[in-house]
Amino acid sequence: MHLKYESQLREPLVSGNKNYHQVTEDIIRPIEAKPSKLWYVGFFTAVALLMFGVYSVYREVTYGIGQWNLNKTIGWGWDITNFVWWVGIGHAGTLISAVLLLFRQGWRTGVNRAAEAMTIFAVMCAGQFPIFHMGRVWMAFFVMPYPNSRGPLWVNFNSPLLWDVFAISTYFTVSLLFWYSGLLPDFATVRDRATTKLRKKLYGTAAFGWSGSAKHWQRHESLSLVLAGLSTPLVLSVHTIVSFDFATSVIPGWHTTIFPPYFVAGAIFSGFAMVQSLLLIVRKVFALEDYITLGHIEAMNKVIVLTGSVVGIAYLTELFMGWYSQNKYEGYTFWYSRAYLFSPYGWSYWGMMACNVISPQIFWFRKMRRNIYVTFFMSIIVNIGMWFERFVIIVTSLYRDYLPSSWSVYYSPTIYEIGFYLGTFGLFFTCFFLFAKYFPVIAVAEIKFVLKTTGENYKEKMGHLEHVPAEVFAHSGHGHTVVENHGSN
Amino acid sequence: MAKKKFVVGCFDDEDLLFPAVKKVRTVGYKIHDIYTPFPVHGLDHAMGLRETSLHTAGFIYGITGTTTALSCISWILTKDWPLNIGGKPHFALPAWIPITFELTVLFAAVGMVLTFCYLCQLAPFVKKHRFHLRATDDLFVMVIECTDKTNTDDLKSFLSNAGAVETELQIAEADWWVGSYDKDEVPFENTNEIAA
Repeated sequence: MHLKYESQLREPLVSGNKNYHQVTEDIIRPIEAKPSKLWYVGFFTAVALLMFGVYSVYREVTYGIGQWNLNKTIGWGWDITNFVWWVGIGHAGTLISAVLLLFRQGWRTGVNRAAEAMTIFAVMCAGQFPIFHMGRVWMAFFVMPYPNSRGPLWVNFNSPLLWDVFAISTYFTVSLLFWYSGLLPDFATVRDRATTKLRKKLYGTAAFGWSGSAKHWQRHESLSLVLAGLSTPLVLSVHTIVSFDFATSVIPGWHTTIFPPYFVAGAIFSGFAMVQSLLLIVRKVFALEDYITLGHIEAMNKVIVLTGSVVGIAYLTELFMGWYSQNKYEGYTFWYSRAYLFSPYGWSYWGMMACNVISPQIFWFRKMRRNIYVTFFMSIIVNIGMWFERFVIIVTSLYRDYLPSSWSVYYSPTIYEIGFYLGTFGLFFTCFFLFAKYFPVIAVAEIKFVLKTTGENYKEKMGHLEHVPAEVFAHSGHGHTVVENHGSN
Repeated sequence: MAKKKFVVGCFDDEDLLFPAVKKVRTVGYKIHDIYTPFPVHGLDHAMGLRETSLHTAGFIYGITGTTTALSCISWILTKDWPLNIGGKPHFALPAWIPITFELTVLFAAVGMVLTFCYLCQLAPFVKKHRFHLRATDDLFVMVIECTDKTNTDDLKSFLSNAGAVETELQIAEADWWVGSYDKDEVPFENTNEIAA
């Protein structure tokens, strides 16, 4: 038998004395209720933003990249900043569902579904930027390696930009499969308690005929474990490859070997912040405080303070290397273009420092980690800071290159550049609002799976064992010691 | 495709399920399946199911991806259209690792999910008989297949004694069919008689 007992020292992952049916009720009920007025307001605001984004993209496609303020040295601006920012946000979901599954972190069960959904939507938003940055977007299929009538002219497999195409599309596909395979049993739960014809039909189709058979669960477990094992290096590889877009170039400020771990840490940092922003709202609106507890929020804040500090060390290492290398271009980029507050873009560097490195340090205090308002505020701050980081990396390295005569004029975005970014917010929140209303936002089956060992009622039942000395456990088993038991077998 | 006779026993606690499975198997009844709302660890062993080979399939799909990537890229960049990039070697293996890795993961994941769906007969518009609607909520539903010699009343009381909170005799189609869950259609209409 497995040792099922978990220490009382850990707070329960599900509070309230729940049984299996109540778990189903609590999580599925919001799907069956009519959406609230607030939901409609939020949803249509998101759709409006999306429409503005569509119009901005329409302008860009029709009139060309000139609709944006990119100029002769700043060839990447808001577009690639936003791309990296969204991809980074898209890292938390798979990290929570895959890495924390392998590390056997029970608290992931409360947050993984929503985090994975967030991942998928964020990667969808991220993908828009490089695609439309191509300018002639109708040629986008040229990135696909297939025998063609142009030679065949192949894509350059040695280019990090092509690695990105493979990494992001693989990441999106695998995250989607992982997410959907986990959703099947929960869709079946919604289907089996559906009262309306439409719900029976739709969720019946979405559940793929899931029955809950023991053999199917056995395969499902095997599938989740292997997908988690595959996703763990995958999630690390994706932002590593994104960082290669910069690191393999010869631009001062980009050409550094620290980029892969630094980008991955930053991605986890911003991803967790976005999960916090979304889940704090979801738990309130759908009354899921028993499932997404303060313990969950605290655990994520710990990840935020850790990865924020890793990112901080990376910033300092870069500054150090800017001086230590004695390369004057590196030195200029790091000590003038970035760290000097009164240089043209110095404000963005110090904004980044304040948001990403200094302010998250308040999470060393338990009281702050468990404060919902502080957490929500900080989650926004961190995401602003991480946007600054990408802006700093891209723009401060590009605006003054090796040749002073080609130094560019000050770069600020046009309304359509900003509109494109707002449009991806629209896309993201349109998807997220639909998800929150029509999908089980918490993995019902997984909560039930951990309910007995980590639920509050179980903890209470086991409370008296906390005071029993260890020898008693060793000599239990009907008066025999463990060693004797072993021998008698 | 024929309907069969089943005795269904519902348990409301997975801890009661294990001794019940053991008893049922010792007596010699044939467990058709057990439907649970979440994965109950160890249940597959208790039922005597063999380990799944899905992960082996995943490994095979993975190395298929690896070989696909390496063979395609090396053929394209060394034979089909070699490019001279600053005199660097055409066979630039380190630069191919990222795509090779991504394709390994992609092939393994997609292949495994498709295999999983195939083995478990999962697809949109697939419909299966549900022995108990609460099997996806809070009941652990043990379904025992009857032969013509089975005394169903005995079996029902046997299950009750083993801890089942509900027992029921059902004649049902155990296979899947194409259908919609909002309709109560009868699958395979011609085969209404019970197969022995």
